[in-house]
Amino acid sequence: MTQENTAMLKINNLQARVENGTPILKGIDLEVRPGEVHAIMGPNGSGKSTLCQVLGGRDGYEVTGGTVEYQGKDLFELEPEERAREGLLLGFQYPVEIPGVKNIYLLKEAYNAQRKHRGEPEADTFQFLKLVREKLQMMQMDESFLHRAVNVGFSGGEKKRNEILQMLVLEPKLALLDETDSGLDIDALKVVSEGVNKLRSPDRAIVLVTHYQRLLSHIEPDFVHVLSAGRIIKSGDKTLAQELERSGYQGIIEEAA
Amino acid sequence: MSANALSQHYAEQLRQVRDGLPAELPEWLAGRRRGAAQRFADAGFPDPRQEEWKYTNVRPIATKPFATTATDVPVASDALAGLGFEGLDAYRMVFVDGRFRAEFSDLNDLPEGATVQSLSAMLGGDAARLEPLLGTLAHDRFSSFAAANMAFMSDGAVILLGKGVRLERPIHLLLVGAAGSPATWSHPRILVQAAEGAEVTIIEHYADLEGASGFTNTVTELRAEAGAQVRHYLVQDHADSAYHVGSVFVQQRRDSRVTSHNVNLGGRLVRHDLNIDLTEPGSEIELNGLFLVGGRQHVDTHTRVHHSSPHTTSREQYRGIGQGHGRGVFKGRVLVERGAQKTDAQQHSANLLLSPNAEIDTKPELEIYADDVKCAHGATVGQLDETSLYYLRSRGIDAESARGMLVFAFADEVLERMELAPVRTSIERRLAARLPEAGAMDVIG
Repeated sequence: MTQENTAMLKINNLQARVENGTPILKGIDLEVRPGEVHAIMGPNGSGKSTLCQVLGGRDGYEVTGGTVEYQGKDLFELEPEERAREGLLLGFQYPVEIPGVKNIYLLKEAYNAQRKHRGEPEADTFQFLKLVREKLQMMQMDESFLHRAVNVGFSGGEKKRNEILQMLVLEPKLALLDETDSGLDIDALKVVSEGVNKLRSPDRAIVLVTHYQRLLSHIEPDFVHVLSAGRIIKSGDKTLAQELERSGYQGIIEEAA
Repeated sequence: MSANALSQHYAEQLRQVRDGLPAELPEWLAGRRRGAAQRFADAGFPDPRQEEWKYTNVRPIATKPFATTATDVPVASDALAGLGFEGLDAYRMVFVDGRFRAEFSDLNDLPEGATVQSLSAMLGGDAARLEPLLGTLAHDRFSSFAAANMAFMSDGAVILLGKGVRLERPIHLLLVGAAGSPATWSHPRILVQAAEGAEVTIIEHYADLEGASGFTNTVTELRAEAGAQVRHYLVQDHADSAYHVGSVFVQQRRDSRVTSHNVNLGGRLVRHDLNIDLTEPGSEIELNGLFLVGGRQHVDTHTRVHHSSPHTTSREQYRGIGQGHGRGVFKGRVLVERGAQKTDAQQHSANLLLSPNAEIDTKPELEIYADDVKCAHGATVGQLDETSLYYLRSRGIDAESARGMLVFAFADEVLERMELAPVRTSIERRLAARLPEAGAMDVIG
């Protein structure tokens, strides 16, 4: 851990709602530094997904207060594609099916968009394929996945593997994983977790948003935060997740109240 | 009197047909042509008050004085080069303003049992073979345009395949309009007969030379006998100033299989009618269609699939994209006759509106008189999916490219059903060039 580094992501009193709806996030504070793995846990309706969507830049959400700095920049000044090119990648809870767009095409466009952004030359097809094949192997995915339409007809597990495959190819600085463990059987959970662990490095950070502790026995977090009713009510180390597993969310929520 | 009654200009042209048919014309044909001329004279151009023409007013055609051509206009062969499909190995027949041009065509190495000729050559020679084939699927009653085609018919293509004859290479019919003053109208007729077990791929391809703004009025009659397999590509890539009306008639016998790919990219005012008759058990039709309308383009497609026999199958998928002030119409009729049990008919029409000023009307029409059938249909008109756009952007792809990718993907789901890669690739490129937002896309196969 490199505590002395400045924060990669700095969330300060963030408040947000679905456009014209009732408030969902009611003042979130969070700092994530390079090399760290954070887990944000919380019951259904606590605001986990809203937090991910707001950080990803999805339309339909309204930030009503607070700030988010990403690598020293105001995150809300950046379009969703700019966030991605700057290294903030969101793994979707429900990866979107896109008929007619081949996986390989999406990967290549995304990869080259990032390179262009950094002023690097676009990868040629041969180099790129070599890179992708290596990552496919890590995710135990068959090469035929490349030529299938993005997520179309994929099982729940295949979709999540595909999300992590994109991460491995795009190598984000900050990976934000929204319930990546949901809908996975034990074997798929293992493959997906191994993929996420391959992303771990001293200059990269990972935020896992999850409902269940089981993901955290595969990906060990440095910090665990409990989100409830739009606020982080408790933070701790990995033992907090184990405590949650024993006493449930209710216990922690009551204790914090 | 109808709102689109014949102008003096066209009445005069018809009078010349009735009174001036050449004496050497076979009597059966002279009779049919005179009859058609009379029918067109009586009916005039179709009128929007007629149900079948509700969405398409042909007034711009009816009020223009299109002229007929009697001579070959000079064409530089390199002017045609850019119009073809790169890398396509095919027999080729080229028509300019409806007239066959042997100097640009290539019909070498046809196998025995295959007759591929211009209609004019055939009528000058073995005309009797055409008597049962010409105008017998396409009745003059069908529309004024079908009648006009018969009345003014001067040339076209005849493709006759004997029993079991399989053409390895496709036949590319390239029909181009030339610039002329006044603009011309042409009436090509295409006749196809695939005898028992025959196989052929035909590309009926319309395009224009620089500056053309004429009117092409075509009729295609296609017969697939028992077990025949015919793949029919109808590619309309006219200049945006050109007019086009085309009617295709398909008759299928036992266990025949026909695939129709209908792509509309160009044209100012375009109308297609595809009429399929599945007359014997086991016959199958697959209809794939794509139209793109932008600017002030108007493209109207009517398909009619007639299940007149039991155990017949139709699979239909049409997609439309509207941008600018483009106007698209799709009307798909499926008729299942009383005795046509075990019919399996599926129709789907999906449409994408990219501009608030574009309009697409889609209208499925199912008429089912048998009780043991499987029929399904669906029709949608919508905009690009916001969630998909967000997903692509969240991967670093800018909004404009993401939009282009999604539109292109929508169209490509139809195009990828084409077996001929050079045709598909070439159409993908032309499509991308016509989609401003997808203009920079490279096409990944």
